[in-house]
Amino acid sequence: MRLAGRDPILEVERVELRFGGVKALSQVSFSVPEGSITAVIGPNGAGKTSLFNTISGFYRPQAGTIRFAGETLDGVAAPERAARGLARTFQNIALFRGMTVLDNIKLGRHAHMRTNLLDALVYWGRARREEMELRAEVEERIIDFLEIQHIRHAAVGTLAYGLQKRVELARALAMRPRILMLDEPVAGMNREETEDMARFILDVKEEWGTTILMVEHDMGMVMDISDHVVVLNFGQVIASGEPRAVQSDEAVIAAYLGAGDVGEIARRIRADAA
Amino acid sequence: MDALFLAEVMLAGIGSGALYALTGVAFVLIYKATRVVNLAIGEILMLGGYAFLGFAAGLGLPAIAALVLAVVTGGLLGWLVERSLIRPMLGESPISVFMVTIGLGSILVGLVQLGWGADPLRLPEFMPATPVFIGDAYLAPKVAVGFVAAAVVIAAFLALFRFSRSGVALKATAGDQGAAYSVGIDVPRVFSAAWILACATAAGAGVLVGAIGGISPTMGVFGLSVLVVVIIGGLDSIAGALVGGLLIGLVEALAGAFLGGEYKLVVTFTLLLLLLMVRPYGLFGTHEIERL
Amino acid sequence: MRIGTLKTSYAADEALFDTALQRGLLVALLVAAVVFPFVASPYWLFLACLCAINVASATGLNLLTGYTGLVSLGQAAFMSVGAYTVAVLEIRLGTPFALNLLIGAGLAAAIGILVGIPSLRVKGLYLAIATIAASVILHFLFSHWTLTGEARGLSMPPARLFGIAIDQPFSLYWLIMPVTMLMVLGAANLLRTRIGRAFIAVRDRDISAEVLGIPLLRTKLTSFAISSFYAGLAGGLWAYFFRVVTPESFPLDNSIFYLAAIIVGGMGTILGGILGAVFMTLVPELLKFGANWLTPIYPDALSALAPVRTIVFGALIVGFLIFEPRGLVEIWVRIRRFFHLWPFRT
Repeated sequence: MRLAGRDPILEVERVELRFGGVKALSQVSFSVPEGSITAVIGPNGAGKTSLFNTISGFYRPQAGTIRFAGETLDGVAAPERAARGLARTFQNIALFRGMTVLDNIKLGRHAHMRTNLLDALVYWGRARREEMELRAEVEERIIDFLEIQHIRHAAVGTLAYGLQKRVELARALAMRPRILMLDEPVAGMNREETEDMARFILDVKEEWGTTILMVEHDMGMVMDISDHVVVLNFGQVIASGEPRAVQSDEAVIAAYLGAGDVGEIARRIRADAA
Repeated sequence: MDALFLAEVMLAGIGSGALYALTGVAFVLIYKATRVVNLAIGEILMLGGYAFLGFAAGLGLPAIAALVLAVVTGGLLGWLVERSLIRPMLGESPISVFMVTIGLGSILVGLVQLGWGADPLRLPEFMPATPVFIGDAYLAPKVAVGFVAAAVVIAAFLALFRFSRSGVALKATAGDQGAAYSVGIDVPRVFSAAWILACATAAGAGVLVGAIGGISPTMGVFGLSVLVVVIIGGLDSIAGALVGGLLIGLVEALAGAFLGGEYKLVVTFTLLLLLLMVRPYGLFGTHEIERL
Repeated sequence: MRIGTLKTSYAADEALFDTALQRGLLVALLVAAVVFPFVASPYWLFLACLCAINVASATGLNLLTGYTGLVSLGQAAFMSVGAYTVAVLEIRLGTPFALNLLIGAGLAAAIGILVGIPSLRVKGLYLAIATIAASVILHFLFSHWTLTGEARGLSMPPARLFGIAIDQPFSLYWLIMPVTMLMVLGAANLLRTRIGRAFIAVRDRDISAEVLGIPLLRTKLTSFAISSFYAGLAGGLWAYFFRVVTPESFPLDNSIFYLAAIIVGGMGTILGGILGAVFMTLVPELLKFGANWLTPIYPDALSALAPVRTIVFGALIVGFLIFEPRGLVEIWVRIRRFFHLWPFRT
């Protein structure tokens, strides 16, 4: 097994994101080692999803740089980022209700396919070949792997929540991810579903060698499976490192339990306002 | 260029612009309260004109009574439409609901043709005929009456929205239907009220428009110009409907006078396209923030 | 009762017509389409051609509105681009009809792309109004340009194949029906590739689609292009069919007609576009039959025909949206389900 390499695949450097006067992210810097499972944690409203949206290219940061596989993502549009291997799932499931499970998964491959309008109209040659290859790969590598054979032709709207989350993961896997960004993969799941999902995430890392970056609230799972943890609070990184080290960090405990020092909070608010 | 002629053209433009603004306000009222884009507004306006004709010429009622009855007919129609066509569509996609109003428009046109035939008709004269002069510029008396009536009704609306409880209920409903409902605002009643008020207004505007230019089953095209007005102003902005109405009235009058009548529509729609490129939500419309 | 579909290859599972029954029905339909012109009267051939032209255009609009979620009230205007192009080419240059049709469709597609550009920023109703604006501008252009015959419009010679004029319903049927069938097949094919999936993704959740690697503007413009290409082709066929093209040939009401057709048939399904277009084309004829039949009893029936058509048109839109929002196709699905489960009941 390859050790969690030291080479970062994703580097976030001094990223600033503001909505009007509200600072969602300030001076956020961290990196994700290739082949690792990195978790971003923090209380509600800490800016975790904003961070994900910035990395995906949905928000444009006011300052700072994000580098992926050694190349900058500045000015790179969201679809192009996806094509380079940034795949993600969404906090509020974003499946396409008008399509079957199979089509939702296939959709993930869009950026890697070459079929053009003319090919598509005649469905011969390239279009047919690409579709058949994709179908075979989706079936054999993704659907079997995630154990969703029984629902492949189902409409996504009819599925249970846990299964929908799994289909989202499947779609992200179809994107040929170099890094897989999971936004709260087990939120709202019961114990059993959570364990299944944790197993899938570990398997993705082991079998596909994909780097994983996830936002998660379930501390048990985060501490169990991640190699590296980044803690956000009020849009700032307050700690990062090995799970065990982060767990005992005082700033982190204060963030989760509420800081005892009122003066400290006041100072921080003044600093933000300045 | 003759300054007096220009002034007269602009006055006429502002006069018809006031009617656009009035109908535009009716349109915005429905949109604000129910988020329904009512493409049948032109046909409801047309129906107002025919109802007036029916009451005044058909039943021989005095003009003022016929006007009131035409407005009441519009209100009744609004109530009926909201109850029978719009409420069942609650929660459906906006496209479906706006297609329902297109269908409604078609039904109204057919009904009017069935009752009065397809040819244009004139409304009985009921407005003063003394010419109006503003400075040296002549203004057709009917246009002047139309302008004053529209201004009064719009002012009444603005006061109603600003100062009355129903105005607050409307604003709350426009902001967030669910939240308005949960604080005890009778949202279905707001829906009904908006449709009744708007359709009554449109019917009244129809009488004014018909008195100036006559009525016909194709009079609903007026609605097309109103659509331009509210899109330019921003669908959910009453101020936008006012500015847009006057603007389109002016532009149409100037285009008609200097380029020819057939240029009216193409000039306003070109203006609309250009504006949409720069401001996709109109001059005063709310830009909704998108979330993932 | 059908107990299962036992497929042994992915290709079989991805086929357009995946059961023996469906394939049988398809063959039967094709045979009927071939036999029809030999047994039908010119009146029925005329109607069949009209239906086919409307199916072609409605299918195009369905790709844009039903699948990509972009409402357009400009389908008739795009048809007029195809029709005028074909007429001008036929009159001025006399080029082969197939070439004329393609050029007309291509030009319509180019204008469609132009109209579609605001769609990145402008949504929903605002976009629908932008397409109305484009229609108004095109109408103005055609009615003021000497090349397009201004308000009088153009009369054109028929299409010719090896020197034989295609000017009778019988020969026109053989031109129009195959082209329409190919167009429908093309649309169905398109929808099982990445392009079709991207359309649906843009319709369902356009912002997350972008993060999943689907370029929004390009996808929307592709949809506009293909939809107006279909409209242009249908308009070209229309021109060869009627051989007179005037500014009033393609009013805004026709754009509403196509939107109504896909609503009544079932938005976002190929079959829905077909059923809706045929149904909406035949209803006025049905009403005419009714009026003729009523005339002995009620002499004014024929004069009431036009308003009644308008009312029925509106009532169909409203009725379907309220009572059967998924359109005729849903009725068909229910019938099919009944036979799949027979002798059991749902």
